[in-house]
Amino acid sequence: MDIIGKRYLYFLISLIIIIPGVIALALWGLPLAIDFTGGSLAELRFESSNTPALEDVRALYAEFGFEEAEPRSSGEDTLIVRTKHLDNATNNQIIDEMSQRFNSEITILRFDSVGPTIGKEVTKRAAGAIAIASLAIMFYIWYAFRGVKNAHRYGISAILAMLHDVLVVFGVEAILAHFLGWELDALFLVALLTVIGFSVHDSIVVFDRIRENEGLSRRKPYEVIVNNSIVQTMARSINTQLTVFLVLLALAIFGGSTIRHFVIIMMVGVLSGTYSSIFNASPILVVWENREWKTWFRRKSP
Amino acid sequence: MSKQTRNLIIIIPIALMAFWIALSPNPIEIFGRTIAVHLGLDLVGGVQALMEADLPADVPIPPDSMETARIIMESRANGLLGVGEAIVQLAGDRRIVIELPGETDPEAALSVLGESGLLEFIETGQINSQEALALEGTKVETDYPTTPDVPEGTKIYHTVMTGSSLKSVGVQLDNLNQYVVAFELDKEGSKIFRDFTTAHQGDYLAIVLDKEVVSIPIIKTAITDGVGSISGNFTNDTANELAIQLRYGSLPVPLKVVESRTIGPSLGEDSLQKSLVAGLIGLGIVMIFMVAYYRLPGLVADVALIIYVVIALSLFKIIPVTLTLPGIAGFVLSIGVAVDANILIFERMKEELKQGRNLNQAIDLGWNRAWPSIRDSNFATLITTIILFWFGSAFGASMVKGFAVTLALGVLVSLFTAIVVTRSLLHLVLDHIRIASHPRWFGVHMDPRSN
Repeated sequence: MDIIGKRYLYFLISLIIIIPGVIALALWGLPLAIDFTGGSLAELRFESSNTPALEDVRALYAEFGFEEAEPRSSGEDTLIVRTKHLDNATNNQIIDEMSQRFNSEITILRFDSVGPTIGKEVTKRAAGAIAIASLAIMFYIWYAFRGVKNAHRYGISAILAMLHDVLVVFGVEAILAHFLGWELDALFLVALLTVIGFSVHDSIVVFDRIRENEGLSRRKPYEVIVNNSIVQTMARSINTQLTVFLVLLALAIFGGSTIRHFVIIMMVGVLSGTYSSIFNASPILVVWENREWKTWFRRKSP
Repeated sequence: MSKQTRNLIIIIPIALMAFWIALSPNPIEIFGRTIAVHLGLDLVGGVQALMEADLPADVPIPPDSMETARIIMESRANGLLGVGEAIVQLAGDRRIVIELPGETDPEAALSVLGESGLLEFIETGQINSQEALALEGTKVETDYPTTPDVPEGTKIYHTVMTGSSLKSVGVQLDNLNQYVVAFELDKEGSKIFRDFTTAHQGDYLAIVLDKEVVSIPIIKTAITDGVGSISGNFTNDTANELAIQLRYGSLPVPLKVVESRTIGPSLGEDSLQKSLVAGLIGLGIVMIFMVAYYRLPGLVADVALIIYVVIALSLFKIIPVTLTLPGIAGFVLSIGVAVDANILIFERMKEELKQGRNLNQAIDLGWNRAWPSIRDSNFATLITTIILFWFGSAFGASMVKGFAVTLALGVLVSLFTAIVVTRSLLHLVLDHIRIASHPRWFGVHMDPRSN
């Protein structure tokens, strides 16, 4: 199997996957959850199946001064209402009023309330966490491959493949957020960081094989060594991905709605991570070895 | 004794222990510690809140006072609310995380926790030293701020003075080199104290925090100038503890709720059941896949996987790790990671077998060659879990932390099972089988020429 020979085809496939996501990001942006923006979110169940119309719920919140309240239905007799920051006391008042007006017992399934300053700080720290994770992993790989010629290339290639996965995940999130009403929350970031870890995990397995094969056969051209290494680790990469994917699939189908968003994002990341570790990370090494960028913008001589 | 036999002697007792701990539905007592499953708020329902010092950001807060506030709030959470296993932790320099499992009304709970505590000095009447001793640590009713409505016969004590009259409190050594708690009263307090101590010399005076008697010193001499001290076999620590309670009967820093999350018990229970089912199904699918693809070694890997699951679960119980919904997801995910180590080894083994090595060589070579990949790649995952933990801990985000901890533990345990369990079991099973006669058991299609 010749993967390295078709490396630009695989780079192109990556681009084709990433571009719609980037467009979605630019067009629709990413709706942020209250974890980052601050605000409140209540999930309510109406026990007597007297679930009120969304319009009436919005009017009720407006009376309390929360004109921006966005109620939406989240099941047969459940509603989710997002508002700006609302303290526990006010929330109790609103729920009491709602219970009387719509003549229904109301169960608060969930009520989250995040102050605006906290949201800002979480955002800052999240960005920091992703940056630190990337750097730490890059230096770790650099260190782990220190005996190999051009060890830094392995670290940087793994990070490039990882950035690929981050872009794919953000793109898919933007598209799904637009159509399914998802919001980017703290759990999304957890999924993203896990994907980063897994992506690098996969790249390292291939790199490790390259390191081993380089030691065994110094005479072969670098491209051949890299290609052999990819092919030799292919079964492992796919099987591992398959097991992780199956486990995640079970969680997505049977695990309940609370973590479905989280799990689906992780599935997307795992798929992308496997692809990028086979078709991006190692081919980048070859591109680097040959310094191919010198010919990218030049006509090939006949 | 071969190395494999030695390993088995280690594995079998550990596995049996783990089975017992992981599968026992009831709490177990081991060495005086209770070992049981700890479920997070998102699975049992409850209130989680983040409280922040209500002071401008540029005002430095002494770390001591946050810790004091934490201690006071912890005792309130456990005492006043009557919820079991409340967790009160510092998060960063100016925040405190509170978790109240089973609590459903965040407003009521948090206002109790955040209010300033009430310190009172109460008149005990004429009691002897034994009665005084018995009073310490008990709850009492007082007539401050108003006489409470309690059943007839309940003793109501008179409050002489409240903590608001204390000007300063400190720990000193007296002339006998004993630790004493010295205090100074404001003008009004001095006057009240002068009158009271002159009239009640030789009586006891109880110090009460949130209606609980924390100390009960005797009035030896009248305190007329508003400066006095409490003595009584203190160590440096116990004297400081009392001084803190006197000084900070009210919270040392004003706190406000900046984040609160309430999860109803029904949602929690539903999530728990669903995620358990999902985990079991995921485990089942992986096990079937391993046998279908790798045959006999796959079966061995499945046994190792079950050992992995029970060891990880029993560690969660022993440490204990609070299981949250993302935490369960992290653990289920780590099943995939655990299998990965086996897949790496088996793929290597198959390669070695195809090159005509005998089984024993193939196991050892396959294992030795796969090990650097397993080590390096898992280390990368560990790095991300450490960063996730750091990210979560600054906000008391127990969901994020729960995921990081279970995934990290899962990775570590899976390294152990890959190194020790799979390898030993493989040798145990395969030492008695000739590959040449059953290549299909290994999913290897042997090239007849290489035999």
